[in-house]
Amino acid sequence: MKRRIYFDHNATTPLDSQVLEVMLPYLKEEFGNPSSVHSFGQRTRQAIEQAREIVAKFLNAQEVNEIVFTSGGTESNNFAIKGISYANREKGNHLIISSIEHHAVLNVCQYLEKQGFQVTYLPVDKYGRVNPLDIEKAIKPETILVTIMHANNEVGTIQPISEIGQLLRRINQQRVTSHQSPIYFHTDAVQTVGKVKVDVQELNVDLLSLSAHKFYGPKGIGALYIRKGTRIHSLLQGGHHEKNRRAGTENVAGIVGLAEACKLAISEMDKEATKLLFLRKKLEEGINKKIPYAHSNGHPEERLPNTVNFSFEGLEGESLILSLDFEGIAASTGSACTSGSLEPSHILLAMGVPAEIAQGSIRFSLGRDNTEEEIDYLLEILPKTVSRLRSMSPLWEDKLKSLKR
Amino acid sequence: MYSEKVMDHFQNPRNVGEIVDADGVGTVGNPVCGDVMRLYIKVKDGVISDAKFKTFGCGAAIATSSMVTEMVKGKSIEEALQISNKAVAEALDGLPPIKMHCSVLAEEALKAAIDDYFAKAKSRMNTNEGTNKHE
Repeated sequence: MKRRIYFDHNATTPLDSQVLEVMLPYLKEEFGNPSSVHSFGQRTRQAIEQAREIVAKFLNAQEVNEIVFTSGGTESNNFAIKGISYANREKGNHLIISSIEHHAVLNVCQYLEKQGFQVTYLPVDKYGRVNPLDIEKAIKPETILVTIMHANNEVGTIQPISEIGQLLRRINQQRVTSHQSPIYFHTDAVQTVGKVKVDVQELNVDLLSLSAHKFYGPKGIGALYIRKGTRIHSLLQGGHHEKNRRAGTENVAGIVGLAEACKLAISEMDKEATKLLFLRKKLEEGINKKIPYAHSNGHPEERLPNTVNFSFEGLEGESLILSLDFEGIAASTGSACTSGSLEPSHILLAMGVPAEIAQGSIRFSLGRDNTEEEIDYLLEILPKTVSRLRSMSPLWEDKLKSLKR
Repeated sequence: MYSEKVMDHFQNPRNVGEIVDADGVGTVGNPVCGDVMRLYIKVKDGVISDAKFKTFGCGAAIATSSMVTEMVKGKSIEEALQISNKAVAEALDGLPPIKMHCSVLAEEALKAAIDDYFAKAKSRMNTNEGTNKHE
């Protein structure tokens, strides 16, 4: 059989078998509606509240009820951003976000702009980092929300969230004394939860989004951490679920699965990060050694341990992905959510990568099952694939001719 | 996403390369948009005797370039000018809607190569006429 190697863990991860195991009863015999008064309902209610405790502890939330279960990262981001914006509209209409957010944040803010909100898009440096000073400069009396992703999905750069949170705390203290409303701070932590330590107290955030399927949990379940005292509206109106913050019968099996994935992350994360970092460095060094005109994207240090992103001059990313797929290697050009788009990555463009070079970008996002042998295989196939595509490229032909001159 | 034919032409592209003494060369597209096609043609007695291409672009861009070179070989210039982007896409058993622009690019590359052939032929004729006068 043809071998298949998966290097696209930032898109999604396989469900862990232990997670599946704990979910199964809630897909079969434990089917009660958690809102029902009878014992069928009580049993699933209990399972949900236990899961909430685990997630709250995992994120170091002060109170269990600061965790609201959602359908995933996109809903959590929509909930946080629209919920804060609508609940605090009479206090202000200005939002601050980074220019490299995921579309689940970017497009929500663009939607809000049409509703009369104002959005400031902050620049990033060449490594994809936001400068906290830029946030300070962007703040207006009408600012109600700052949202900056914890780590970027395409290049893996980790943002100085804790520092930004501290800055906002300080600014909020001044605002309170001058009778201004506080600025809420949200982070989209979909790419960090399960990969690096995520502690809402250390990060100084008021809201944090996470998604289970990015760390070996099931798809269709996520959570939003909402610090106690935060003024927020719900997205969904209906029954009294999730303390009136998210109507709809709970996805019990998903919730139980999310909590199990958190448990696994607590016990495995450090060990995994060490392994992933080793593999990542091996892959990066191999590419730098074997492929000329390859440029690594992302912060050299402040980066997810599993994410490698390179731009190869003279070729286009999709043709590289397809060619690698023939060899059984699954990678991606960036976000799976943008694969229908013809535009080069808005993230790489914001980092100052020229558009034609950004077109030739590829992301390898490693996971716990990847081995050193798989990296060796990739390092054997990738240089051949790159040179084959370059040999077919008029841009590469022109580049070689200009070098000879 | 892609038809089997597109994947076949992407994986085993026909006529990749450069014709050093080409009678017509057309380059179209923009690297910023992610596609650049360069088509080379050799013309003998008004018939395209050889065609080659180089393409920077996605799977569909490479497959449409490959297909258009196959379609023009052996055709007269007049016949080649009749080849539409739709015909290229149909020959590949269709393209996803978002990739139809690749077939447009392939048609444009062909037309650009033929334009270049005419331009070169004209300048050759002028030079020849010029030489004749001097004789």
